[in-house]
Amino acid sequence: MNSIIFRTVSRLLMGLMLLFSLFLLWRGHNEPGGGFIGGLVAAAGLVVYGLADGPKSMRLILRADPGAIALTGLLIAVIAGLMPVVGGSDFLTGLWLFIGATPTDKGLALGTPLLFDIGVYLAVVGGVVGMVIAIEESL
Amino acid sequence: MNGLLVACLLTPMMTAILAFLWPGGRVIKGAVSVCGTVLLSVFAALLLRQVWTDGPVSAQMGGWEAPMGITLVADHLSAMLVMVTAIVGLAVSFFALTDIDEARAKGGFDTFFQILLTGIVGAFLTGDLFNLYVWFEVMLISSFALIVLGGDKVQLDGAVKYVAINLVSTVLLLTAIGLVYGMAGTLNMADLNGSLAELPDQSLVTVVSVLFLIAFGIKAAVFPLYFWLPASYHTLPISIAAVFAALMTKVGVYALIRTFTLIFTPESDMIATVVLVVALLTMLTGILGAISHTNIRRILSYHVIGSIGFMLLGLGLGSPLAMAASIFYMMQGILVKALLFMIVGVIEKRGNSSELSELGGLYRSHPGFSILYLLAALALIGIPPLSGFWAKLMVLEAGIEHQAWWVIALVLLASLLTFIPLMRIWFEAFWKAAPRSDDAPVKEPELSNAASGSAARSESMQLAPVVALSAVLLLIGLAPASLISLTDQAAAGVLNVDAYLQVVLGSGAAPIEEMKP
Amino acid sequence: MEVLFGILAGVLMAGGVWLILSRNLLKFLFGLVLISNVANLVIFASGGVTEGSPPLVGKSGIVEGVANSLPQALVLTAIVIGFGLVSFTLTLALRAWQSIGTTHVEEMCLSEQRAGATDENGGVLSVDDYAQLERARTVNSEQSMEPGR
Repeated sequence: MNSIIFRTVSRLLMGLMLLFSLFLLWRGHNEPGGGFIGGLVAAAGLVVYGLADGPKSMRLILRADPGAIALTGLLIAVIAGLMPVVGGSDFLTGLWLFIGATPTDKGLALGTPLLFDIGVYLAVVGGVVGMVIAIEESL
Repeated sequence: MNGLLVACLLTPMMTAILAFLWPGGRVIKGAVSVCGTVLLSVFAALLLRQVWTDGPVSAQMGGWEAPMGITLVADHLSAMLVMVTAIVGLAVSFFALTDIDEARAKGGFDTFFQILLTGIVGAFLTGDLFNLYVWFEVMLISSFALIVLGGDKVQLDGAVKYVAINLVSTVLLLTAIGLVYGMAGTLNMADLNGSLAELPDQSLVTVVSVLFLIAFGIKAAVFPLYFWLPASYHTLPISIAAVFAALMTKVGVYALIRTFTLIFTPESDMIATVVLVVALLTMLTGILGAISHTNIRRILSYHVIGSIGFMLLGLGLGSPLAMAASIFYMMQGILVKALLFMIVGVIEKRGNSSELSELGGLYRSHPGFSILYLLAALALIGIPPLSGFWAKLMVLEAGIEHQAWWVIALVLLASLLTFIPLMRIWFEAFWKAAPRSDDAPVKEPELSNAASGSAARSESMQLAPVVALSAVLLLIGLAPASLISLTDQAAAGVLNVDAYLQVVLGSGAAPIEEMKP
Repeated sequence: MEVLFGILAGVLMAGGVWLILSRNLLKFLFGLVLISNVANLVIFASGGVTEGSPPLVGKSGIVEGVANSLPQALVLTAIVIGFGLVSFTLTLALRAWQSIGTTHVEEMCLSEQRAGATDENGGVLSVDDYAQLERARTVNSEQSMEPGR
């Protein structure tokens, strides 16, 4: 799509959507959101950019093969699932780290579910963007 | 907690990731794939040994007790199927080293192949109906990718049919699962046991069971629903065709056996009769289809359909002996199908065709390899003392036990007819003189020494898995006792689900744990 | 509310089946999309469509009167899988159209032997022969193909 307005706006939109996707990923623990939704929003942002500038520039800003991104995400998710197994718990059990916890407050809770969500995020971004690039390149 | 179950599932998944991310060409990725399947075989063997000695095992994902969480469970049947999947996966991944070209490897053959194995193993091991659907989809999506990989026109055309009919089956399965959840409020297969039979309104249960029958029937390629299989299998590269023919349809058979013994109680005579009739018709149409074709790949595709019929007889008859016969047939059928498809791959390489009229003289040029084909074919037909004989003997015994004479008559007829296409391949491709081809110049003198050396190496690398699978089948044929005792236990476990329920749900109703922070 | 869902599912199913019976691959796909949405609706309705607070655990532990969250999780999974399948199949249909030159399923028979297809000597055609014949036929029919078929 060769429109200067769309191309200018698409960059702005992509940045905003990527930021928003990270926000969704982060808040996905106890509130609506999560890796999947975040990944979709990020992919949508990248696709808008790709629509404006073509699949080639989409590949350029991704820097890595979309398939590799997706499978790295899967790897991260599997590692997140395997971490509790090392400690003797069941596969996929949540492990938690409470940073700055006081008796009344749990502090900043970081856990393997967040890692799992990051994996899902990458898998969704890689998968969706990969499919869109494949379709655009075959047109 | 049982780590082996998770290990069996994660090994092919991690191998898929590694095979994609590891930089390198065909050989490196193939080597990763082979290593992964070796590891899977080791885990599967350990799992089988544990199940054999201690009975079924289960693992709860994330520590959420069944029926709240997702359960992985392996009884004898699942463990045996995982084992045989690992063996076929190992053989095919080795065979693919020389069969799959650089372009297909770059397209991700090894990754998709391993994801396919993940889906198959997951479907065999899961104890949750929705999870079964998810593994079916994992299997399906990777098979879609494999089926179009590097495809030409004909392959694409076959792929469209395969994809279309499988999507229909998927949607039916999902609808049926939704209805089951609405009726029973749970999707854990052990938890579902008996709960559907207690419902006051049985009409919807029957509808849902028919939905499952159709959905899994499409995947298993049973009688009226098999048309996609011969349309797509013959267009594929031989490694992909081998793993599809050996394993994909059997997952459908496994799902049928599981759902119709565990979820839907076998009391519903109507379903059992339907399954029996469908099984016999599948058997006959498969064999007749095989007789009517002249392309080796099509003949074998129809053989795949025919053998599905034998595997469903056990479910139709419903006795332990019949079920054991079906399970034995399934094990033997998976191995022999993978073996035959690989042999066809070698035939195609040597004869440059899979059309019987264009082949010939292979016995004169490759006598050792011809004996391998003959052994595999005779094993499929069921000549004693080869492995197929025991499978068919058990089927017949089950028929006699039920005094179902027409079943026996049809099984004997189908077995006799199996002889025709396989022996025709033997006479046409191996025995008769090579057809004189004017348009195909003899290429061999043109090869340089190095090239002919690498060709010989690739040939011997293709023969290695063929020989290994033949040896396994020969072993089963000559010493069937341990496999028969294992299938007896598997059949008993499938029909009497107490041990399965015990290992999934635990003794008594376990209190729901306090929710974690 | 469930009755409404049921009626909606029925209407969608009818439309989907009608589209699936079409000989155009693309219409077939659209029918499949409709029917997969029926499956999602069925799962959603089977959990019971009730009013309830979001099924999120508060500080006090288990909360009362929450909606059943499992069907939503199931539907979400099913939507994701359906999305992947449909986008794959659309790509496949696109490639099939590009290389075979038609989306009419009757004409997509390169991989199947049509009954009674024989060459002039009465022998059964091989796949390659058949593909060659088909190619010739497709080229002919392309010239007379109307748009939008």
